[in-house]
Amino acid sequence: MSKNVLKVENVTMQFGGVVAVDNLNLEINEGEIVALIGPNGAGKTTAFNVVTGVYQPTNGAVWFNGEKIVENHPQGKMKSMYKGEHAGEYTGVLAPTPDKITKLGLARTFQNIRLWKSQTVFNNVLIAKHCRSTSNVFSATFRMNRKEEAAQRAHVEELLKIVGLYDVKDELATSLPYGKQRRLEIARALAAEPQLLLLDEPAAGMNPQETDELTAFIGEIRDRFKLTIFLIEHHMNLVMGISDRIYVLDFGKLIAEGTPAEIQNNQRVIDAYLGVADDA
Amino acid sequence: MTMKKKKTIFTAVVLAVLLAACVAVDLTLPSYHIAVTVIKKATVYALVAVSMNLLNGFTGLFSLGQAGFMLLGAYAYGVLTIPVAKRASVYQYFDGGAIQFSLPEIFAGFLGDTVGSTVGMLLALLVGGLLAALMAYLIGLPVLRLKSDYLAIATLGFAEILRAFFQWNALGPITNGSNLLKSYPTFAHATPYVILAGLMIAVILLLITSTYGRAFRAIRDDEVAAEAMGINLARHKRMAFIISSFFAGIGGGMMAMYMGTIAAAPFKSTLTYEILLIVVIGGIGSITGSVLASFLYIFSSEWLLRGLDSGKFLGINSPIFKNGFRMVVLSVIIMCIVLFFRKGIMGDKELPDLLDRRSRKRKKEAAGK
Repeated sequence: MSKNVLKVENVTMQFGGVVAVDNLNLEINEGEIVALIGPNGAGKTTAFNVVTGVYQPTNGAVWFNGEKIVENHPQGKMKSMYKGEHAGEYTGVLAPTPDKITKLGLARTFQNIRLWKSQTVFNNVLIAKHCRSTSNVFSATFRMNRKEEAAQRAHVEELLKIVGLYDVKDELATSLPYGKQRRLEIARALAAEPQLLLLDEPAAGMNPQETDELTAFIGEIRDRFKLTIFLIEHHMNLVMGISDRIYVLDFGKLIAEGTPAEIQNNQRVIDAYLGVADDA
Repeated sequence: MTMKKKKTIFTAVVLAVLLAACVAVDLTLPSYHIAVTVIKKATVYALVAVSMNLLNGFTGLFSLGQAGFMLLGAYAYGVLTIPVAKRASVYQYFDGGAIQFSLPEIFAGFLGDTVGSTVGMLLALLVGGLLAALMAYLIGLPVLRLKSDYLAIATLGFAEILRAFFQWNALGPITNGSNLLKSYPTFAHATPYVILAGLMIAVILLLITSTYGRAFRAIRDDEVAAEAMGINLARHKRMAFIISSFFAGIGGGMMAMYMGTIAAAPFKSTLTYEILLIVVIGGIGSITGSVLASFLYIFSSEWLLRGLDSGKFLGINSPIFKNGFRMVVLSVIIMCIVLFFRKGIMGDKELPDLLDRRSRKRKKEAAGK
């Protein structure tokens, strides 16, 4: 039986009276590619933000590699407003900042590209390696970390070759075309040496050809880096093509889970999200 | 020859020429000459401007506490270096003060007069820097949770409080209250200032090009992305704040040396604004720009435009050239710079980049956008 990498347990995320994610439960095993789909506003990105520590959930817990990394229960104003179940189950509060979660081995990309604008392609990837460097500020300033720095640079070059951005490594990140910026975001996330990669709409704004390339690329990096991948996506070709399993969210609630074939034939998913294809 | 080598040689040649020019000035002109004064003041300002640029330009933390940290450095320097024999007259209202030792004298005791007192003076500068860094750590705990303008207001307020605090009579035995600290040793020539500030700026440059410097710039460009990529925001912001304040403290000590007397009054917020002005004129995010701008600014305000205040400028006598007119002209010049060089003189380029054709092309592209 393969190892459980990520487990989201009874997570509810409430913003005042709005319930963005309602009692979400999901599990991702090692080596899987799992997709999270659903209509706009279903709470997909919110779920990502809870897992990566951007938001603290109102209730629930997140486990990573069998270790509880996030936990919260309704408190303060939320105590009276909380509408979800499992209210009494959690007592502790674990709220690490996103950087700590990244260091545990969980890296992400963003839906609306967030590259460092004034930096070159190379530096964008190199900076992501900063969290893995062991030098302190003195040894780094006085160049006592030459060996480590050289190793990092070599690794970044290798990464850029893999994602096919090596020949533009000295360009400014923002001067790249959209599709390449998306690839650069993935390269940057890979540089943080994650075990679990979270991709937030990696194919947004891409044309069909670019999407096909990306589909192949995601499979390729999974095999090469022995990754587990959790992604949000609206391109159904991509989702159905590479996912091992799919979770479907609607209005914050999980309405279905299963293999691509099961999801395609699930009536609730068709009603809520997929619809009926014109050429069917 | 590779581009990188070319750049290194170019930078080395420029720096060597500048240093040689400074030594030449020292050898040919008396130490009270205006050129020497300008070089001294400009190097001090350059160091503080670079330290401010590290925080405001490279880390994106808009802090206006520089004058406060300079004040700490200046006082630490003065208090630790006034010769014991002169303490009675300096601290005449406070029975000779509480501190009865002088670092340069202690070291002169066993290292010889010249070397010993120089070591003592440098050590006093270092203590000033460390004191400023410690203060930055303490203030940073609450203040660094604030963002942009709020951070600026908080740090500005802190600097003002510190200034008032140092004038407090109860602290008189150490700070001499609102009276001057004087009679401490200084460097008469400009070269020690240039070398000292040059070394400090080199250290800042090394920091900025290190992995930590890159992390600082990532925080400036996009905090959310930086945090998501494993950069601990609180830790790195605190680090930048402390390091910047350390160098501001050393700059303050050098400012004390240059001025010859220390009082809390010159370390008003106007001093911070002057430094901020230099950073903006030079280009936010360019070390070369800050250095260049501080020389230009000090040169024009102290020397070139002097005549505007005293009735005669470029051989023209005019009744409007009287006290204060210099500042009017300077303001107009600064406005023109801000209007026509949006990104400052250097933008975010450094000295070696002047050789770079690609960066020039990039600048054009950026201008086109």
